[in-house]
Amino acid sequence: MDMINVKVNGIAVSVPKGATILEAARAAGVEIPTLCYMKEKNEIGACRICVVEATGARGLVTACVYPCTDGMEIKTNTPKVRAARKTTLELILSTHNKNCLSCSRSTNCELQKLCYEYGVDSTAFGGFKPIYKLDTSTPHLVRDNNKCILCRRCVAACEEQFVSVIGANNRGIDTCIGQAYNLALGDTPCISCGQCTAVCPTGALVEKDDTDKVWAALADTSKHVIVQTAPSIRATLGECFDMPIGTNVEGKMVAALRRLGFEKVFDTNTAADFTIVEEATELLDRVKNGGALPLITSCSPGWVKFCEYYYPEMLPHLSSCKSPQQMGGALIKTYYAEKMGWDAKDVFVVSIMPCTAKKFEVGRDDMSAAGDGIADVDVALTTRELARMIQRAGIKFTALPDEDFDPALGVDTGAAVIFGATGGVMEAALRTANDVLTGKDNKEIDFKEVRGTAGIKEAEYNIAGINVRVAVASGTANAKILMDKIKSGEANYTFVEIMGCPGGCVNGGGQPIQPQYVRDTVDLKAERAKALYAQDEAMAVRKSHQNPIVKEVYENYFKGEYGCHAAHHALHTSYVAREKYAK
Amino acid sequence: MLKKMSNLPFNGTKEQEEKLLAVIAENKHDKSRLMAVMQEAQGIYGYLPLEVQKMIADGMEVSLEKVYGVATFYAQFSLAPQGQYHISVCLGTACYVKGAGLLYDKLQQLLGIGGDECTPDRKFSLTACRCIGACGLAPVLTVNEEVYGRLSENDVEGILAKCE
Repeated sequence: MDMINVKVNGIAVSVPKGATILEAARAAGVEIPTLCYMKEKNEIGACRICVVEATGARGLVTACVYPCTDGMEIKTNTPKVRAARKTTLELILSTHNKNCLSCSRSTNCELQKLCYEYGVDSTAFGGFKPIYKLDTSTPHLVRDNNKCILCRRCVAACEEQFVSVIGANNRGIDTCIGQAYNLALGDTPCISCGQCTAVCPTGALVEKDDTDKVWAALADTSKHVIVQTAPSIRATLGECFDMPIGTNVEGKMVAALRRLGFEKVFDTNTAADFTIVEEATELLDRVKNGGALPLITSCSPGWVKFCEYYYPEMLPHLSSCKSPQQMGGALIKTYYAEKMGWDAKDVFVVSIMPCTAKKFEVGRDDMSAAGDGIADVDVALTTRELARMIQRAGIKFTALPDEDFDPALGVDTGAAVIFGATGGVMEAALRTANDVLTGKDNKEIDFKEVRGTAGIKEAEYNIAGINVRVAVASGTANAKILMDKIKSGEANYTFVEIMGCPGGCVNGGGQPIQPQYVRDTVDLKAERAKALYAQDEAMAVRKSHQNPIVKEVYENYFKGEYGCHAAHHALHTSYVAREKYAK
Repeated sequence: MLKKMSNLPFNGTKEQEEKLLAVIAENKHDKSRLMAVMQEAQGIYGYLPLEVQKMIADGMEVSLEKVYGVATFYAQFSLAPQGQYHISVCLGTACYVKGAGLLYDKLQQLLGIGGDECTPDRKFSLTACRCIGACGLAPVLTVNEEVYGRLSENDVEGILAKCE
């Protein structure tokens, strides 16, 4: 590779030809502030915060897109640079809703942090200030253009998902992020993945806060308020309390939930084990009886909604299994309520999810195992909302002891833990299918070909003489690639796992916000997934069908085999083809 | 300036649709041809209503929002149909000083439409433009390609009457 030599604030550094000033500065250990820049995703030089002085350049240049030349001397911290950045911030603030005290992103806002660092005068510029209505039309997020700085990171995130329902409209002072024809977001084919909320630098895109519903339920003595937590939460929640990325905080999380007042703290991992035995049964049934293949997983509600909008013809391939969240709620309101002698109407199920689409999923049709329109899950909170509840309750998270889940629906397996990472559901299903088909308790259970953060993974296994071709995709743009291959006949898979978010649930739209600098320089997906694979490795039981609760429920409650009528009634659902821009 | 959207029903013909589909077929291999396709579509329909933008989005395999974003960015794209007679009043400095604003108001009043709108019978549409380089004739308006100059408010009715 051709290298060139540059100096950043006097520090000599050698970078590949074509590298930008920002890349050179990062290589030299010099931080240049950015707002619009997302490595390889949004390199547009729009926000002008990264301006620097560089020899050979006329005026200040944007470090994020300006290429280095050999011998270039770059200065990132001169009076001229600081003054320009400060003015830019003050101009941004001139149209910004500055109610930072009541903004959910306060103290975690990239704009606020820079304004503090540069000592801005928030009233420096007056003039025209557009007023936008909040978009609250979806169950999962609130879009507030009054806090938007037009960095277009959300647009890039939406484009990365091959959804692109938001973009920049109009021009000049009228420019705003919006939907085609100013439709409400809820009237567009948005898949609710929430990736936009994870990359927004300010409070312009935030999850819809449902914590008040949970506080109200917790205060209602007539309700049994039960909580369940998704596999990936334990790998990410610590980040909200300044713990290192990839710290497994399962024990502290359970302790915190108990202190918040939940009557029982259950693990969605248990439900994930039910998902695996039902899905593996469905797969084997389709293989034997000539059903629609490949079977495609349906755990990710963002992916399911994507399929309903963009590939309705593929819906027969979707597994009819409910997602672990919905199975968890269904089991709590049927099996567990009956066991405790509770009326399902008095049970309030809260789930802690890495995901904004789960807020959409709880309201879907055909999600009522207990009947009478009783929802399987009442409220889905994101990891971020849970962190806020813990803070509001005055719980010192890092000082908590480690506690265990309540055992009734809180015993899990290694197979369930890895659901939170791309390839995890596939591996869990293969472990079970392998045992069922060979009739043995196999010791070789690592299917490493489907691990890792690649967007698309393919593998082929021979299980008891049956050739199983599998594919794993994460991120709906990769899902699109697989769907097109399947439709054209180019690929002939048996089983396909798809997660809506790039990297799977560990990188879900409801996970803790990390500033873009961290997202650019740390592989969040990989670091968070490591915590899950380490836990799997350390567990005694690593196969879903060996979960004692699974055995107990099928024997004594469903009174049948996997896939029996009672299990089907409680744990399966249906899908609908959705028309894009129907209104 | 924000673009006005039309509430008039879409009345595209089969023939127009075939023309547009042919344009899309020619260009769909290259997404960067989006703007060129939109220009041709505006040539075919006179404007870019939702129905046309949807056809372009589906055909070019880009999102509807992308098409809409481009349509609202460039001044040349219109979201409202043009009438059989398209009236454009120059509001450049010279014309404005000579009373073009009064002409514009009078036209809105007589036609019952605002700027960048079209009458329900699609006979007239009205817009304001900047200097057309005929300052010596100020105030000036054009009806399709025809230029009318040195006007006063009282001339407006007569001009409309000529449009049959």
